[in-house]
Amino acid sequence: MDEKQLRRLIGRVKDGKLSRRAFVGRMLALGITAPLASEMLAFCGAARAQEKEKVPYKPTKRGGGGALKVLWWQGATLLNPHFAVGTKDQDASRIFYEPLAGWDSDGELFPVLAAEIPSRENGGLAPDGLSVTWKLKRGVTWHDGQPFTADDLVFNWEYAKDPATAAVTIGNYKDVVVEKLDSHTVKVSFKKPTPFWADAFVGTRGMIVPKHLFEAYRGDKSRDAPTNLKPVGTGPYKFVDFKPGDMVRGEINSNYHEANRPHFDTIEMKGGGDAVSAARAVLQTGEFDYAWNMQVEDELLLRLEKGGKGRTVITPGGGIEHIQLNSTDPWTEVDGERASIKTKHPILSDPAVRQALGLLVDRQSVQEHIYGRTGIATANFLNNPERFRSKTMKFEFNIEKANQLLDAGGWKRGADGIREKDGKKLKFVYQTSINAPRQKNQAIVKQACQKAGIDLELKSVTASVFFSSDVANPDTYTKFWCDIQMYNTTMTEPDPEVFMNQFVSWEVSSKENKWQGRNITRWRNDEVDQAYRAAQAELDPVKRAALFIRINELVCSDCAVIPIVNRPKATAVSSKMRLEISGWDNDTATLKDWWREA
Amino acid sequence: MSRYLTRRLLIAIPSLLGISIVLFTVLALAPGDPFEELATNPNVPPEVRANLRLKFGLDDPIYLRYLHWLFAMLQGDWGFSFASRVNVDTLILQRLPTTLFVIGSSQVLALAIALPVGVYAATRPYSLFDQVANTLTFVGFSLPTFFTGLLFILVFSIQLDWLPFVYRADISATGWRWYWEHFRQAIMPVAVLGLFQGASWTRYVRSAVLDVIRLDHVTTARAKGLAERVVVLKHVVRNALIPVVTLVALQIPAVFGGAIVTEQIFRIPGIGSLLIASILNNDTPVVMAVTFVFACLVIVFNLMADLLYGWLDPRISYR
Repeated sequence: MDEKQLRRLIGRVKDGKLSRRAFVGRMLALGITAPLASEMLAFCGAARAQEKEKVPYKPTKRGGGGALKVLWWQGATLLNPHFAVGTKDQDASRIFYEPLAGWDSDGELFPVLAAEIPSRENGGLAPDGLSVTWKLKRGVTWHDGQPFTADDLVFNWEYAKDPATAAVTIGNYKDVVVEKLDSHTVKVSFKKPTPFWADAFVGTRGMIVPKHLFEAYRGDKSRDAPTNLKPVGTGPYKFVDFKPGDMVRGEINSNYHEANRPHFDTIEMKGGGDAVSAARAVLQTGEFDYAWNMQVEDELLLRLEKGGKGRTVITPGGGIEHIQLNSTDPWTEVDGERASIKTKHPILSDPAVRQALGLLVDRQSVQEHIYGRTGIATANFLNNPERFRSKTMKFEFNIEKANQLLDAGGWKRGADGIREKDGKKLKFVYQTSINAPRQKNQAIVKQACQKAGIDLELKSVTASVFFSSDVANPDTYTKFWCDIQMYNTTMTEPDPEVFMNQFVSWEVSSKENKWQGRNITRWRNDEVDQAYRAAQAELDPVKRAALFIRINELVCSDCAVIPIVNRPKATAVSSKMRLEISGWDNDTATLKDWWREA
Repeated sequence: MSRYLTRRLLIAIPSLLGISIVLFTVLALAPGDPFEELATNPNVPPEVRANLRLKFGLDDPIYLRYLHWLFAMLQGDWGFSFASRVNVDTLILQRLPTTLFVIGSSQVLALAIALPVGVYAATRPYSLFDQVANTLTFVGFSLPTFFTGLLFILVFSIQLDWLPFVYRADISATGWRWYWEHFRQAIMPVAVLGLFQGASWTRYVRSAVLDVIRLDHVTTARAKGLAERVVVLKHVVRNALIPVVTLVALQIPAVFGGAIVTEQIFRIPGIGSLLIASILNNDTPVVMAVTFVFACLVIVFNLMADLLYGWLDPRISYR
């Protein structure tokens, strides 16, 4: 194969006639490694998005797909992405609004309103990590016909960063500076070198609203904008009707900026009800095409799927159901504060006890008997994207070994079978939120601990209290005023920087910060602090990934937390629907590519 | 009469004030936070939530928040929802038609069952019809609506696949299809609520009719040789219905208040589901408005029932 032929092949990839995967396959046959082949494509400017078309888009024209009916068992309450409190609101806003780029299921960026993903090669990323330049797609119009330009981006930044607007996206925009370079180019500058540059204008909180409709409603007047309830975006569907908490309706955008998309003529997003009946409406009766967030026992999902009307789609994500061991003493008050970092947990500070507890959590049983496909047993706290997952961590369920560890640590069984040392008994209070799978999980752990002479007192707190940030309530998870607790923590971005700050010393949750610190176990380790600081400034993605992997290994091998299962995203999809969901972006992020087989 | 009315209306003011204070305090004391979802999202800095709380006045002391709410309410400003940032009255008005339609039809269905069955059963006490009707009414009002609702869904939607179980307020069809679709989706919720209500009303109607049918004026009417139909309709039912009318009048606020459980099961976008969603979200302005309006309706319809009673039964006088 000579250069000409190669160039022709690359050209076909660029035109979308040949998939990236097929191209890499051919190169492999020629003895060219996959990374080299991808690099060739990147060098020649073939867009990266095409490479991951795992679900081919077959419709050859726009529209004609009929009505798309989707079910969100929590109804969207607002349609301004800058006010979106929860995932449900972001998902609904995403039907109409789009960001510059979204995250695919592998945690890679794909361009939406951007012409290309900024990289070192195309000059989008500054070598010093201090800025990123986005080139906007040309010829994109808002639903009302106005052109989409760099002014809109600058406006979104000004709008969101103003505290008076009360936007929940303020965190993405307040520390950056956005400049317009020309009508279709913007530069986002950072205060310090930022390896994770894809925060502003990207993904779930990066949707862009039109300047011409929101300009008059900045700051204090933000609530009065009529467009808050009647979105005008660039997305694949145009707004028709919205009833908060109940229904969002849209119709096809015949000027959508991608060819042959979208496939459906109308979209209807119904809200309300509960997860189980939503699963039934898709999997059993086929009334709906798609249902969001299947927090349903896997056993039931499997039973419903037998009818053949739908399937459950499991998408990897970063959510981790884990047990936290308190490293401070929750039962002693120091300076008016329980679990103060001036104290040490009297028993859990013994590494032997922590290691023993790690051996007593039967993750495989938890996966098999409780979560099924929706909870994968893991030894890691940081599981996804795969490039950040440690390959060396292993988990083990071994009561005998735990007993040996405790014996060696000097914990002797008392008359009641419970181990003790220096008058301190191995008795812990183990709390979690009220949720059937969690109570089952608690029982599994308690049973194993009993066999090792550890007595666990189980406590369950109503979810609305446990997960609240009520400063006056002693039972919130951020206070962690007990020995052991368990919950699921989510990872909303494919970059672990924010996720892993749960183990750095300056994030310790305390009275001083009204228990809003992210380090809830109050576990501290100098090496972790250093590695984290280094990762914050490391611009080489490979070195950075290695640092996060190291942090994860330090945390897990010291049993600061005991990871149990990684919780992927589960959704119910009608069997005729063809779509791909990303665990790192909204369910509706790829809505333009959804289609239904006739 | 007018003095009575004025007195009742004046008494209503302190009771409404009391109700609003109790509601507000309970809501303020309940744990939770409307921006809880932000608290568990690590990418949203805590200052954002603090700023929102400050902006929406959530950090003020309870009495200040209450007074704030009260004065706004007196001026007709119901506030706006924390969750959707939409004015509360808009939210309620959006939900009202659906609730009126579904709950209203179910009450009509309940009356349509209760009146004939109750009257017929009472005119033939302890007959086979009466026994069967009695048993069924017992079954009817001992089965809670959440149970019958789920049962209906299992049988009619999932096993037989006849009816949809997700209620959609705006159906895109036009013409007769629109009516047909609405009818189809309303059958189950209306039947669930109507049968439950009808069962208890049947027992009321039956006992009220039984009370009257033994009275002397009925015997006189029969002795005059009037047709049985005339005796029952003119002399029995008219008198027997007085307590039933009050009962129905007291039920009317519920038509506006919606049915929380049934609306949730069938995903009916009514007032009931708005209320439950707002409670779960700690969306105080919406919860306050819905419950307060409900309280007003209860008071008003109580008064109306009392007035109606006097109009139907001239022996009663108001002082």
